[in-house]
Order: sequence, then C-alpha cells, then structure tokens
Amino acid sequence: MADYEIPETHEFPVIPSIMEGAMAHSSPFVAGKEFQDDMGFPSPEEPGQLIDGWKEKFLELLQEKLGKYRSLQVFMDTCVKCGACTDKCHYFIGTADPKNMPVARQDLIRKIYRRYFTFAGKLFGKLGMPNFVGAAELTEEAVKEMYSYYHQCSECRRCAVFCPFGIDTAEVTMAARDILAMIGMGQKYSNQIIPKVHKIGNNLGLPEPALRDTLEGLEEEIEDDIGVKVRFPLDEKGADILLVTPSADFFAEPHVDGLMGYAKVFHAAGVSWTISSKASEAANFGLFIGNYESMRQISLRIRDAAKELGVKRIIFGECGHAWRVAYNHLNTLAGPWDFLDQNYPIPQHILEFTKDCLDRGILNIDKSENDHMTLTFHDSCNIARASRIGDTPGSQFTTPRQVIQAVCNNYYDMSAETIHDQTFCCGGGGGLLTDDLMELRIKGALPRMEALKNVIADNGVTHMAAICAICKSQFTKVLPYYGMTMDQIVSVHQLVSSAIILDGQGEEAEESNGAE
Amino acid sequence: MAIEANGKTFETDEEGYLANLNEWEPAVATAMAEAEDCPLTDEHWDIINFLREYYEEYQIAPAVRVLTKAVGKKLGKDKGNSKYLYELFPYGPGKQACKYAGLPKPTGCV
Repeated sequence: MADYEIPETHEFPVIPSIMEGAMAHSSPFVAGKEFQDDMGFPSPEEPGQLIDGWKEKFLELLQEKLGKYRSLQVFMDTCVKCGACTDKCHYFIGTADPKNMPVARQDLIRKIYRRYFTFAGKLFGKLGMPNFVGAAELTEEAVKEMYSYYHQCSECRRCAVFCPFGIDTAEVTMAARDILAMIGMGQKYSNQIIPKVHKIGNNLGLPEPALRDTLEGLEEEIEDDIGVKVRFPLDEKGADILLVTPSADFFAEPHVDGLMGYAKVFHAAGVSWTISSKASEAANFGLFIGNYESMRQISLRIRDAAKELGVKRIIFGECGHAWRVAYNHLNTLAGPWDFLDQNYPIPQHILEFTKDCLDRGILNIDKSENDHMTLTFHDSCNIARASRIGDTPGSQFTTPRQVIQAVCNNYYDMSAETIHDQTFCCGGGGGLLTDDLMELRIKGALPRMEALKNVIADNGVTHMAAICAICKSQFTKVLPYYGMTMDQIVSVHQLVSSAIILDGQGEEAEESNGAE
Repeated sequence: MAIEANGKTFETDEEGYLANLNEWEPAVATAMAEAEDCPLTDEHWDIINFLREYYEEYQIAPAVRVLTKAVGKKLGKDKGNSKYLYELFPYGPGKQACKYAGLPKPTGCV
C-alpha cells in the first residue's frame, strides 16, 4: 500500500480545523486528445492547455445551462451563506480543506456567474473590485482550481439534504465538469470509459466472447459448489427479463458473488432471463460528467437491447448511480417503454424482485448459513437520496435491510446520522474511483470508516453489505488503510446466495456420502 | 513517461502502463516490477504468463474468478483465491499484474 496520511477515526464525529489548500494539489489526469476525440469533445493543441477561445466558450456554455436548467439558475442565486452545509461533506471532514465545504465548492463557479451574469458583478468588475460582491474574473487559474475541486465532489448530494434551500452541489459539479470538458479539460477516467460502452458494451471493455467464457465459468463454479446447474444466459432472445448490471459484477470481488446471487434467485423463481452483451453495463458515466447527450446515448443501448431480445421486463443489478439514472430518468432518456409488460415496475431493482420472492415465500432460505457474520448496511448515496426500491417512500432504505434480515440472523445499523438519507459516500463515487485520486478516496472514506469501526466495536459487526459496484470496489481498496480487511465488504445478493437452498442442492453430495 | 528495459526505452502512459502493448517483452515486466520494489519470482511469472495468454485470446484481462480458477487448477486449490494473488501483487492482481504483463488497465467500477 502506498503511503498516505490516514485520518484518525474517533468514537464521535469531529469537525476538523481548517487547513487552507490541503488538497489544492489533488487533480485527476486530464483526458488526452484520443479520449476527448472519442467523446466528440474538443481538445487543445497542446496537452494541458485550454482550447482557443476557451473563455468565451465557458461563458456561452454557462449561459446556455442557466437557461436550460432552471435549478442551476436558482442554485446560483439562492445561497445565503448560512453555513449549514459546511461540515456535511465527507471530503471536507476527511481533508479539512475549506474549499471542500459544499458552499465553497459551489462558489468556484458562482463567483464567475456573479461577475458575468449579475448587474452588481458586472459593475464592480468594471471598477476592478469584483470580489466586493462575491464575483471573480474568469482566469486560467480559476479554471484549474475548478478542475481540481469539482473532482473532489462525488455528487453524493448529502449537503443538499441539509441545505435549507435544497441547493444540490451535485448538479453544480455536473454543470462545471461538462463546461470544463468542452474547453479541453475532460477527465481521463470517465472519458476513457464511456466510449467502451458504445464500442464493446461495457465500462470494462469486456467483449462478448470473454463475457460468455466468464459466465460459463460461473455456471461451473455453482455446479461444483452445490450440485445444481444454475444458468447465466447471454443474448437469449425471447427471455422475459433483461438483467442490466454493472460490468464489475462479471469481473471483481465481491461483486461477482452478488451476480451469482441474482442468478440463484432467478433460478429459484423459475423465470427466464438474460444478460445482453450489447447492454452488459448498468453504469452510466454520462451522469458523472454532467453530459445529457452522453447519458441519453448510454441509456438508448438498453432500449435497443431490450427490443432486439424481445424481453418483457428490465431488472437492474446492484449499482448505485445506474439506479438513479434508471429510476429517475430512464423514461425521459430512452422511453416510452410501452413495449414492456406494464404489470411490472419499469425498470425494476433486483432487490425489489428478491424481496417479492421472499414475501411470497418461494425462496427456501437457511439463515444460519450466514451465522458466521454480523452485518451492517451501507446506503449508497445515489439510491438513498434519489430513488426508491419499491413503491413507498423510504423503501430504498427498508427494502435492502428487509432482504438482508431475511437471509441473516445478525444485523445492526450504523449510527443514525450516517445512514438512510444522511448516509456518507464511500469516498469513490461520482467518477472519482480512479487510482490517481487515491489520497482523496482514502480521506473521503473517513466518516463511513468511523461509523463502521464504531458499530464493529459496539455490536460486533464483522461485515458491511452494499448495493453499488463503486462502493464495493472503493471499500475493498480503502478498508485496509483503516486497519480492516478487504473481504469485510460484501454484496447484498452474496448473502442471499449463501442462504438460498435450491431444489436438488446437496442431493448428490448426500447420495455419495450415503454410498461411502 | 517511459521505462528503460533491456537497453531500450519503452513509452508508458501517465499511470505507468505500456503505451504500445505490442512492444511488450519480459524485460519490461522485470523493469516495472523492480521500479515498484516487487521483484518477480516464478510464482509472479505464472500469473503474468496466464494473463498474456488470456489476453491474446479474449483481448481483455481475465475476471478475478477466471484467474483464480485457472491458478487453482495449475498450482493447487490453496492458491486458487484472490488472497494468494494479493500476496503476490499487493496493489491488486487486476491492476498491478496487468501492468507488468503489458495488458491495458481494467477500467470501470473495479
């Protein structure tokens, strides 16, 4: 593990003393020409520079966004500097950099807005004293600062929960990132990934033959393990359900254990389902970079895949921001979905499906299979603060907990101010899950690590379950820095997978035992 | 960025991955590993060679279960798990081993 200064965890949350400029050096790699080109974004002649005429372009795009998104205009005008948000951001708590206070982050672009779009800013700008009215000149330095600090926001929206006006920093960050990308400062991580979704089908760049080979391997693994043939169908026309899941579910641990859980639930429920190689990705990084057209194009693949395969339903796997896009925007982006079966939620979350099966009593569950663990649950920000998993308010909190408690005997929540709509980001969301931001990711995980350590100490919790690919990968990486182990993060459907008993399971083993 | 190996200079990207994957040769892996203070043993080479074979066929790094299964088959069940792989490649088999093996970095939510 590389050396980083790991923040201390405490029994009670501590608001850090301000350290001016503590994270001013943090900045992800800028997308080079090849990645900007792939996205259809402009790139400067010299790497690390801005495009010609960047200043006019910046202001033109800001004006366009203010007109298009009423919310942005309101967010720019409304802040009264009350301070309610200042200590709510995990990146501020973990880094102590005052520019990571949500209000300060918003102000990076708000002061440009004030300088060029308000009467007071224009007047005092002409007099050479824009800062008198909270305005500032748009300089190259200001742009670089925005690039740095708008990539220290995971768009988790926790600050918006506490803002009396509901100002959503995530939307401000998205607007800023999109403008930056259009003047030549796109982020490498996201811009490298999005074209793979279109060319290959997923963020990983996992081609169809590799996906098929991987899925066959999982079928063998389950059969070796429990003696039951559980299928992982790929591109099967006429299946009822299209499963759209993050490609990390095919690739990484503990994600893959969750995928095996979905397959077992589908098997036990007796439904026909398929994965699509064309839409072998739930994630939609168009949201992270704030680019509506990109978000739309990524969503349209799911529509195309659903039509080509002739499915009746769409179910999303465990992925936080994908569910936000799906739950909130799928109809606007890629609807109407009139060709699907209207008797089911469009789209449906895998947890909703599993909970329904549990409620109807069609799953055979042996909770004791998870008795070696004591669980807690990490609410993923995009699910907690943007959606439901079910049709009642708060179902995004209750459904995952009900499923976990239906398959595990030992469960405790973390402290109330760190869960449900007040949940803390894992520290790697919103397009920041990249190695070049490892310091930020480790520090930003502090509040969640603190709450986890406390529930471990107080209640003997051994594992934390999550329903987001980013959260799972992020915790796998950062848990060791806080003195825990990478396998303490698990998928919710991994727990289901361990507890579910399928018809015919273990029969072969019993027979062979009997023969001995 | 660049790395020196076998008397030649190999261009790398910002993250230290080989810029032109076709240029890979074993000396590149050795040089990269030495630079990261991770001297390569036969056990490391078993993994690197498997990664290259898999990449040759599928144009992607193997998923973790594909890798652990293959390792388990070849080297024994006690080694067919990600704990063993992390002991060899502490920065993660997916990323560190891919870098040494001259594979592109796995991207996405991993």
